[in-house]
Amino acid sequence: MITIKNLHASVEGKEILKGINLEIKAGEVHAIMGPNGSGKSTLSSVIAGRSDYEVTEGEVLFNGKNLLELAPEDRAREGVFLAFQYPVEIPGVSNINFLKTAINEIREYKGMPNIEAKDFLALVKEKQKLVELDGKLANRSVNEGFSGGEKKRNEIFQMAMLNPVFSILDETDSGLDIDALRIVANGVNKLRSKENAFLVITHYQRLLEYIVPDFVHVLYNGKIVKSGTKELALELEEKGYDDIKKQFELA
Amino acid sequence: MANEILEEHINSEYKWGFTTDIESDTFKKGLNEEVIRLLSHKKNEPEWMLEYRLKAYRYWLTMKEPDHWAYFQYPRVNFQDISYYSAPKKKPVLNSLDEVDPELLKTFEKLGISLEEQKRLTGVNSNIAVDAVFDSISVKTTFRETLAEKGIIFCSFSEAVQEHPDLIKKYMGMVVPYTDNYYAALNGAVFSDGSFCYIPKGVRCPMELSTYFRINSSGTGQFERTLIVADEESYVSYLEGCTAPQRDENQLHAAVVEIIAHKNAEVKYSTVQNWYPGDKNGVGGIYNFVTKRGLCVGDYSKISWTQVETGSAITWKYPSVILKGDNSVGEFYSVALTNNHQQADTGTKMIHIGKNTKSTIISKGISAGVSNNSYRGLVQIRKGALNARNFSQCDSLLMGDKCGAHTFPYIEIKDKSAVVEHEATTSKIGEDQLFYCNQRGISTEKAIGLIVNGYCREVLNKLPMEFAIEAQKLLAISLEGSVG
Repeated sequence: MITIKNLHASVEGKEILKGINLEIKAGEVHAIMGPNGSGKSTLSSVIAGRSDYEVTEGEVLFNGKNLLELAPEDRAREGVFLAFQYPVEIPGVSNINFLKTAINEIREYKGMPNIEAKDFLALVKEKQKLVELDGKLANRSVNEGFSGGEKKRNEIFQMAMLNPVFSILDETDSGLDIDALRIVANGVNKLRSKENAFLVITHYQRLLEYIVPDFVHVLYNGKIVKSGTKELALELEEKGYDDIKKQFELA
Repeated sequence: MANEILEEHINSEYKWGFTTDIESDTFKKGLNEEVIRLLSHKKNEPEWMLEYRLKAYRYWLTMKEPDHWAYFQYPRVNFQDISYYSAPKKKPVLNSLDEVDPELLKTFEKLGISLEEQKRLTGVNSNIAVDAVFDSISVKTTFRETLAEKGIIFCSFSEAVQEHPDLIKKYMGMVVPYTDNYYAALNGAVFSDGSFCYIPKGVRCPMELSTYFRINSSGTGQFERTLIVADEESYVSYLEGCTAPQRDENQLHAAVVEIIAHKNAEVKYSTVQNWYPGDKNGVGGIYNFVTKRGLCVGDYSKISWTQVETGSAITWKYPSVILKGDNSVGEFYSVALTNNHQQADTGTKMIHIGKNTKSTIISKGISAGVSNNSYRGLVQIRKGALNARNFSQCDSLLMGDKCGAHTFPYIEIKDKSAVVEHEATTSKIGEDQLFYCNQRGISTEKAIGLIVNGYCREVLNKLPMEFAIEAQKLLAISLEGSVG
């Protein structure tokens, strides 16, 4: 589904990603772990197309298309979704209006007519349940005055509404208490299918107890230094990142 | 990067800039008593009206053009280089649409203003009566008969002078006397037309009343006068729209609007101001120097101003309410958008005189390009205005980093029982917000529209439905660019 080849990226001339190689197939969940500053969030931003990052080398193929050549909105329309670490507030714009606009933009891109009001409302009702989101939240302004947990649940709600092919969860667990974490993870698990794929970026192993990955990768100093199965996450939790740091500091 | 995106987006184009090719009867440029007499004669005015004009003119001569309080410099107006009267030559007969010049009808159709009642009745905007003002004169007022059945008078100002002289004599200048300010004095001398509206006691006006102003001729100014009188226990919602052709000269628009609300009466006045703003380099555009004021003369009366200001090169405008009656209410809801080289200095004055008077001010400024946008407002609580209350909220939204937003609140309190609150915020459309929208599949252009409309929602909600949709589109178009 998505193939990342020798990806190098920098911010203001400073290289952050130093040659990432990663292949994710449909139906798979990959986790990326790593210490602070290893480049985890940079990777998600580059895939989604944030403009502050400059790709200096490498390519990202998404279902055969060169993702890096597409505008951020077109990447989204092709089915790439990023659940933000810090969801943005848009005062005065209701969640519903925001999502309806997004869905119709995606539909237009695919040559489909606008969604019927009736179908849209049914979809909202169905997907709200998935993340136990209060009906009132859907009518409130996008993320405005939401608690940290509500913001993250809202991200998963949006994901459910837009039904993307490939989703990146960027530290979705940060700032969540255990109940909210469970709700968010349950939502994601229900959305997993043979047709879609997930990239879960996290600092802690905790989230991976709920969203069980097929593969775990360790990102350090802009490179994937170690890959394995879910047991790798447990090992990291136990030993911490110090081992990795020592091992790869000179490399 | 975000700035580049925004820059491309705010290179707007004015879509109402066409000119109607119509034969006009236009005065020679210049202003003197002779011109005023000629104007009055042309309009077949009674002696008292001419006297009023001359008094205003003589007073104006003694005044000095104000040294501008506002933030900016501009080329001064040469008052001798303006023609004070321009009217389509073919005289429209007001009772039959067939006799209105088809070119004029086409103009208003093009602007989305239908003057055919039949069409309005069956169409979407079925419930609006329109007075259409083209340059110096009113060309057509719709639905007059329907309104007359309820005793409502809705006609051009010129007709009101002829047909309802007692009402005009009684109310004209009551709220904005010609001695009020430089531009009000000028308007008193040379006003050409405008709308008059009287709602009798106990009547709720069954439809929205609206005036649509269009400047067409070059080298002219527009000086209209609107007077709305709501008698006891009455209600009216009034809309005002305006556009002008694209020209590389600056044209002056100096209007006066007066509203009088008697006991228990309510007047809602909504404006979507879209005069030509000048081009990207700041050449041309309308100078919009207007005096708008309402007087809550009766107890429990209410006047509410809602404005969406997107046009004009320079706007100075402070729709105000004098809260004289006890328990009267004044409201001001405003969205002012400036782009390119536009400058706006707008706000309100709430003058509390009666007891238990309340006022609310919600102002939303949006600045883009190299424009400057200022909120300037006065809240004055006079001695004896027991338990007066005011709430003000002034927000500014900046797009890009070359524009300016300024807030100048003036608060004068002479009564200890007053409660006055003022809140202000300044924010920027962030790259983060745009990227968040993009990541959900929303184009940058749509995202800006969403964000701006969200920001203005509190004000847009106050507009009548059709107007709110129009205003939303207008905001989007004013910020529209060439991306995509």
